[in-house]
Amino acid sequence: MEIRVNPTRMELNRLRGRLQMAVRGHKLLKDKRDELMRQFLDLIKENKRLREELEGQLSRSFANFLLASAVMSRETLEEALMYPTADLTVEVETENIMSVRAPKITVVEKDVQETAPYGFATTSGELDSSIATLTKVMTKLIELAALEKKVHFLADEIDKTRRRVNALEHVMIPELEQTIRYIRMKLDESERSTLTRLMKIKEIVRA
Amino acid sequence: MSMYKVAVVGDKDSILGFKALGVTTYPVTGSEEAVDALQQIAKGKFAVVCITEAVAEQIQPQVEALQNKTLPAVVLIPNNKGTLGLGMAQIKRNAEKAIGADILFGKEGS
Repeated sequence: MEIRVNPTRMELNRLRGRLQMAVRGHKLLKDKRDELMRQFLDLIKENKRLREELEGQLSRSFANFLLASAVMSRETLEEALMYPTADLTVEVETENIMSVRAPKITVVEKDVQETAPYGFATTSGELDSSIATLTKVMTKLIELAALEKKVHFLADEIDKTRRRVNALEHVMIPELEQTIRYIRMKLDESERSTLTRLMKIKEIVRA
Repeated sequence: MSMYKVAVVGDKDSILGFKALGVTTYPVTGSEEAVDALQQIAKGKFAVVCITEAVAEQIQPQVEALQNKTLPAVVLIPNNKGTLGLGMAQIKRNAEKAIGADILFGKEGS
């Protein structure tokens, strides 16, 4: 398909400029896609590994917790956890990967003494250990959250970039090239017709 | 630099333990409660939201809406009955979207 234009020299120049721009944009976007892809591959492998590790750890700590709740009555358990002393806060920075903005989340270290928020008289030892493991899991969980977000955004961006590259490569650039060809043919044709007309006129004048 | 909090949404038995860590917990039983909880989270200053897969499955549109925002970061966790494989499915979906083919899980699949 070619674009409908007036076959003039001015239009030809304009289209040539557009073609040049399209080719340059295409090259840049292709480079961007390749680099995004390279980063994405590392991240997604890391993401998969971390999630596998974490799912195992979480189910183990859930099992621990189940054990803890089995030895204690439900009321005492809820009472023990009702008023936590710890307060988990995180800091968020934005990270820029190839102009994809992703959050970078870090846990704020606080000098809270690692004491459980409950008295030891009524609670079981299992509860202590299950909460200790859960604390370790939580840090990783936050890491995983940030990583998954990053992967999600990168996937979006790669998809978008790939569409653009394809649109330029398969639609925009061929269209422009064809139109340029069409205009050049038209111009050549009209040049030839002027030439023959001139020759014809010259003949008539001379005779 | 500002401080954000962490939230956990899920059924009561699964998330009770998180409470001791200083995480805000939202125990939910049905999908309506879960939607309410997510709305509250979206308004508050939360950077990380952990949702159990069982709950996330019921309210998928809302979870996806959160995932497309910069914050909070949503992470799906298994509940105390084990994993449903939703979190893994999501990694797979992302890989397929970006690469066009599944490269991570292909070996077991076919």
